[in-house]
Amino acid sequence: MLEKTGIVTRDRLDSKINELLSSPKRKGAILECYEEIPCNPCSTSCPTNAIIIKPDINAKPEIDYEKCTACGICVYNCPGLAILVLDMNYSESKVLFKISYELLPIPNNGDIVKGISRSGKEICDVEVVKVINGNKQDHTSLISVAVPKEHFKEFVTIKVGV
Amino acid sequence: MKTVELAIVGAGPAGLCAAISAASMGSNVVIIDRCKDIGGQLIKQTHMFFGSEKQYASRRGIDIPNILLDELKQYEEKIEIITDATVLAIYEDKVMTILQGENYFKIKPEAIIVATGASERVLAFPNNDLPGIYGAGAVQTLMNVYGVKPGDRVVMVGAGNIGLIVSYQMIQAGVEIVAVLDAAPTIGGYLVHASKLARLDVPILTGHSIKEATGTESLEKIIAWKLDEKWQGIEGTEIELEVDVACISVGLTPLSELLSQAGCEMKYVPELGGVVPLIDQNLETTVNNIFVAGDVSGIEEASSAMVEGYIAGLYAGKKLGYSLLDFDELVDDYKMQLNDLRSGHHGDRIRNGINKIMRGEEKC
Ligand SMILES: Cc1cc2nc3c(=O)[nH]c(=O)nc-3n(C[C@H](O)[C@H](O)[C@H](O)COP(=O)(O)OP(=O)(O)OC[C@H]3O[C@@H](n4cnc5c(N)ncnc54)[C@H](O)[C@@H]3O)c2cc1C
Ligand code: SF4
Ligand code: SF4
Repeated sequence: MLEKTGIVTRDRLDSKINELLSSPKRKGAILECYEEIPCNPCSTSCPTNAIIIKPDINAKPEIDYEKCTACGICVYNCPGLAILVLDMNYSESKVLFKISYELLPIPNNGDIVKGISRSGKEICDVEVVKVINGNKQDHTSLISVAVPKEHFKEFVTIKVGV
Repeated sequence: MKTVELAIVGAGPAGLCAAISAASMGSNVVIIDRCKDIGGQLIKQTHMFFGSEKQYASRRGIDIPNILLDELKQYEEKIEIITDATVLAIYEDKVMTILQGENYFKIKPEAIIVATGASERVLAFPNNDLPGIYGAGAVQTLMNVYGVKPGDRVVMVGAGNIGLIVSYQMIQAGVEIVAVLDAAPTIGGYLVHASKLARLDVPILTGHSIKEATGTESLEKIIAWKLDEKWQGIEGTEIELEVDVACISVGLTPLSELLSQAGCEMKYVPELGGVVPLIDQNLETTVNNIFVAGDVSGIEEASSAMVEGYIAGLYAGKKLGYSLLDFDELVDDYKMQLNDLRSGHHGDRIRNGINKIMRGEEKC
């Protein structure tokens, strides 16, 4: 259970993912922020105002997939590292994730690394497609990762080297 | 003896913001801090801050003192910062005694804002004095101020925000976190921070605590066990964790002794972390012209500490005879921000606590 272990339960996660899957574009940010906390950088950083936190800063963020362009800006601005961007239309067999990453070593474009689940287990090999780590990211890299379609519900982060 | 208009004790986020708003009204300010670096707890926080972007959330904690110091620069001629100097006492006539190295001196301010923050609590268990058992603050100082790795295999005790965040910072420094233990049945810190650890394969064991530590020269093993509903250890549930460091993060308690000495009326309020002063809406204590801001009047966050600092600075400035055209608007806005920050379920405790120390009829 999330409140005891930090690992989200299937049904809570599914309802988030299904919201994205049922949107017309089938791509955008998934906000894994399940609790009321006084926090809002996701909302204030989003250039298209796609993330709403109302009536006050404690409310859970809500996303409007019509406005979300899947740019990934909220991903590296979220101090909870709780946001993933998912694009279901990347290729026949793969989806594309944009994740935030703050560990060393930072991978390079083209690297094959391990895909990791929400409970920290290795699930499959994934391909690093793009790494952005400039001043704006302020040491929280934005990494695009191609993940086999069958694992898109488990994947949350990567493990580089061993 | 030197007389000053406003003395601020503590150059953490609360003290710095208090200085900005008091100076913006025209007041002369002396800030005193016992450390040589400005910023209080912030200088150890390498993570992105949560909170409101108005208080620099999403920036890294270590970068916030410089943002605040930049703001202070515009009032340069009004502000004096004395570092490496400990305020030893505040007397009832507001005379303040200060020790800076070998140099002992007194000042007499017309008004004082105490923003001394908090200190860490300790945890009692057999052999808790073995080398290798640290408070979370010490681990952060080693790692993030001096660049020293605290150990190789660590157990963290406490799944509040500090325990969770410091565990994550240790992983970033290449340390293995063997487990995070917490006596409470559920995680106390924000779940987003807990999930960051879970996905790095760190087990979070709620309802668990330390039974004892063992080791000859230094820590070698922590024996942990499950707790029952009365928080008593259950025989037979012991697990052995081979670690060279145990990091204790079981909460903070306000550093409020200076206020007791100064004659402020104090009260023990568990929700706020310990003994805190009675205050009014303007953050003034029961002693005229002594104000408080930040963790010293209740353990919260840097975001609320900053807003309290702005409020205390404005009211101290006003009591010193200064005014601002938009004073009322500013104060209303800050008070609204504070209410917002405290309105979620994590704010329940703080709101209950504040109701116990708030004088005057309007409570939050
Ligand atoms: C690991 C960790 C992570 C955190 N993460 C966040 C976060 O993400 N977001 C957030 O909003 N908050 C966070 N916080 C909380 C935040 O750091 C504190 O709430 C905040 O620093 C409190 O500010 P303050 O000014 O009241 O006290 P402090 O920052 O503690 O500053 C008090 C200052 O007073 C000085 N002082 C004390 N006594 C004396 C004396 N007698 N004479 C002279 N000087 C004295 C001290 O040296 C210190 O510099 C975190 C805290 C920790 C420990
Ligand atoms: S991905 Fe970009 S557009 Fe979508 S919510 Fe995040 S910041 Fe806004
Ligand atoms: S920035 Fe991240 S942690 Fe903060 S409210 Fe948004 S999603 Fe939640």
